[in-house]
Amino acid sequence: MRDLTHLERLEAESIHIMREVVAEAEKPVMLYSVGKDSAVMLHLARKAFYPSPPPFPLLHVDTTWKFKAMYEMRARMTKESGMELLVYRNSEAQERGINPFDHGPLHTDMWKTEGLKQALTHYGFDAAFGGARRDEEKSRAKERIFSFRSANHRWDPKNQRPELWNLYNARKAKGESIRVFPISNWTELDIWQYIQINDIPIVPLYLAAPRPTVERDGLLLMVDDDRFPLADGEVPVERSIRFRTLGCYPLTGAIESEAATLSEVIQEMLLTTTSERQGRAIDKDAGDASMEKKKQEGYF
Amino acid sequence: MAKPVYETDALIAEDIDAYLEQHQNKSLLRFITCGSVDDGKSTLIGRLLYDSKMIFEDQLAALESDSKRIGTQGQDIDFALLVDGLAAEREQGITIDVAYRFFTTQKRKFIVADCPGHEQYTRNMVTGASTADLAVILVDTRKGVLPQTRRHSYLVHLLGIRNIVLAVNKMDLAAYSQQVFDDIVADYQEFAQEIGVKAFTAIPISGFRGDNIIDPSANMPWYKGAQLVDHLETVELDVTSNQSKPFRMPVQWVNRPDLDFRGFSGLISSGRIKTGDPIRILPSGKQSTIAKIAAMDGQVDQAVAGQSVTLCLADEVDCSRGDVIAAADAPPETADQFESTLVWMAEDALIPGRAYWLKLASQTVSATLQKPKYQININNMEHLASKTLELNDIGVATVTTDRDVVFEAYESESCSANKALGGFILIDKLTNATIAAGMLHFALHRAQNIHWQAVDITREAHALQKSQSPRLLWFTGLSGSGKSTIANLVEKKLHALGRHSFLLDGDNVRHGLNKDLGFTDADRIENIRRIGEVAKLMADAGLIVLTAFISPFRAEREMARKMLPDGEFIEIHIDTPLSVAEERDVKGLYKKARSGELKNFTGIDSPYEAPEYPDIHVDTTQMGADEAAELIVERIRGAWNIP
Repeated sequence: MRDLTHLERLEAESIHIMREVVAEAEKPVMLYSVGKDSAVMLHLARKAFYPSPPPFPLLHVDTTWKFKAMYEMRARMTKESGMELLVYRNSEAQERGINPFDHGPLHTDMWKTEGLKQALTHYGFDAAFGGARRDEEKSRAKERIFSFRSANHRWDPKNQRPELWNLYNARKAKGESIRVFPISNWTELDIWQYIQINDIPIVPLYLAAPRPTVERDGLLLMVDDDRFPLADGEVPVERSIRFRTLGCYPLTGAIESEAATLSEVIQEMLLTTTSERQGRAIDKDAGDASMEKKKQEGYF
Repeated sequence: MAKPVYETDALIAEDIDAYLEQHQNKSLLRFITCGSVDDGKSTLIGRLLYDSKMIFEDQLAALESDSKRIGTQGQDIDFALLVDGLAAEREQGITIDVAYRFFTTQKRKFIVADCPGHEQYTRNMVTGASTADLAVILVDTRKGVLPQTRRHSYLVHLLGIRNIVLAVNKMDLAAYSQQVFDDIVADYQEFAQEIGVKAFTAIPISGFRGDNIIDPSANMPWYKGAQLVDHLETVELDVTSNQSKPFRMPVQWVNRPDLDFRGFSGLISSGRIKTGDPIRILPSGKQSTIAKIAAMDGQVDQAVAGQSVTLCLADEVDCSRGDVIAAADAPPETADQFESTLVWMAEDALIPGRAYWLKLASQTVSATLQKPKYQININNMEHLASKTLELNDIGVATVTTDRDVVFEAYESESCSANKALGGFILIDKLTNATIAAGMLHFALHRAQNIHWQAVDITREAHALQKSQSPRLLWFTGLSGSGKSTIANLVEKKLHALGRHSFLLDGDNVRHGLNKDLGFTDADRIENIRRIGEVAKLMADAGLIVLTAFISPFRAEREMARKMLPDGEFIEIHIDTPLSVAEERDVKGLYKKARSGELKNFTGIDSPYEAPEYPDIHVDTTQMGADEAAELIVERIRGAWNIP
């Protein structure tokens, strides 16, 4: 008898979770952010239901400010998976022209947090898969795999159901919904290694290449399109950069790097000394407990 | 600083692909840490993360400043802060939930459930223990084996964890004394035997100083055993030992993309399977063989416990979610009545007789519990008589399900526990909360001795003879609301119309059939259950049955509704405000209840759960009894005016 490897165990667990949701929920959906965690989650879903395509659509809560390369990957993976893609944009944010340059935290709140809530309500989804991991951030270490939301999408950390063995209680009242995190127990290293072993397509921005950059408030930003407001006389500088996480390009800090292959990226990650979410402006909004606050409000 | 425990930094830098190759093949151990408040759980986990370089510079900088600001270790790093999560508990300074942490050594990857030491959180500890292969029980050298230590050890044992590590912590504060260690181990040994723990591994450590975590402690040359991390790296995994048991896979989902493919998806809970193996489907007992194991990345021809697979069978046999595919020559049992241990996890106490959902593997069935045989005092293992179980109580009770369940006894003498087919949760049917965890011990073979006798005159034949379809008019409302009066009028009208009916009245039934029942919640539920069964028999005989009972609980009215075919159960809410009913007080009962002479009186000291969506709603402040009766007869006219 051989021990299963940790990746085999994690894969089996994630697949088990997805099948439970499909068996018990009425209208599930997979939140697809186009990032590496979404890539793994999508791959696991395709494995879980093979030879059927995953029996739920993908939902991308779009902010219109994602990297161009992300939109390209989104189109490619939709085609490859044979799944329906739903793109939702908060129309109010669109009308008011909410953008990351002028509106700061309001941008995330309206496009992402509000957009997500609106989308779930609009389509009537009662279960949504999300790619959050417990190792990402302290308050996530305690979130359940099945996380219940009230009819107005709020998360109450004091009122979550105990999860025993691999038994998930997916029953809920009308109007309530569940966020399900099938890759809760994966770490950043697991994600990378699984991508490498299974040759899962990822947005090329994760690998280092020379790209036009500007420095803003300590973040190294990539000038991805001409909406980026440059100061008078400011010229983007070409640097060899890559991204550890991908979000809205004006909010996502790059790191200078020469790691152009997955192995090199993993190597850099293992030798690095700062945590993954540090490149995101979003965690720093309200000090210590900001992610927890965001979750209570309905952000993933 | 700790020595580079993992000795992999060099490899990462020099040959990343070699490192990845090594990392890829690591196995996974899940364990829990538990102990009393301040025994150093969070500190130990913080230490393991720190030593395995799972703490980054930015986190470390935050940790250093937090340690000085709100830490409990003076100017030293307070590892506990690293492990704390939710804002509320950081302010309280105690861990209040289960948190999962990750670290890696050269041989294994680990998921740690950080379990609370606080007295009232049995439920969290049981949750954390349910997925663990191993438990680290911390004992503070200055405090020794505490009631908490016993409590946690008992829970760990109850949940079937075979590998127990007694980590005698804070050895630095006991001058690294062998005597202190030996005394604590001897003390624990005695207790462990009492509760049936066969073996444990005792290790003297200091989570704070790092002694015997990774390296042999220079401060304790007298200790010759394994260091904590060594031990964690080498114990046998449950998932691996499960491979040597007979094959079982609970079916989660049937995969049917087109007519040519039909696969059964699930997580293999024990054993191994390969193409050509004979299998049996439970509970039906039908047999087939494995034709194919479907996989996206090419065909696989075998699979083992712990893997999620999709199996295709050689024959077109019935198989759906909830069934279990098992080795043909060693199938699990099926039964509908069990003895089980329950850990109660909700504020609402157990109500004997109430129907709950029971979820076991992929089977969800309706189940009722009898009054507990006994409750267990987990401080001294004494059995106590008990009528119920409340939050964090543990007890043994008989569980009866409404249909056969495929199961295995949870605990196993020689091997790892049968968690997948022996562990279950109970779900409240109204709130949907997970209210208890349970472990099945053995079947009480009730169903095997009682068989359903088929009869030739069916319920349809009975109804046809009476030219009507059966109905159960379920009147519910407060005492004195007018249920009996209105029900009586309705029956008179039905009789005049030539309908065949029967009225079951609350008081009358309590004179005979239910005269052994009182007015506690449990007795009220049994009262309604019996009435439901009697009404069902009468409906089977083709009658229009009227019942007039307070029937205060939604769950039991739902139970009665489920006994009948859809559409036959008509819930009629006779809605009279408490103040009005109390003012009428026809039988003088409210007066007695108010004076305390009468206990458990609905509306006074026992709740009434009004129907949310009654089929017929009668507001007695707006209409008289005769008018109400007329309305009800009109509404059920379809039962005999069959177009």
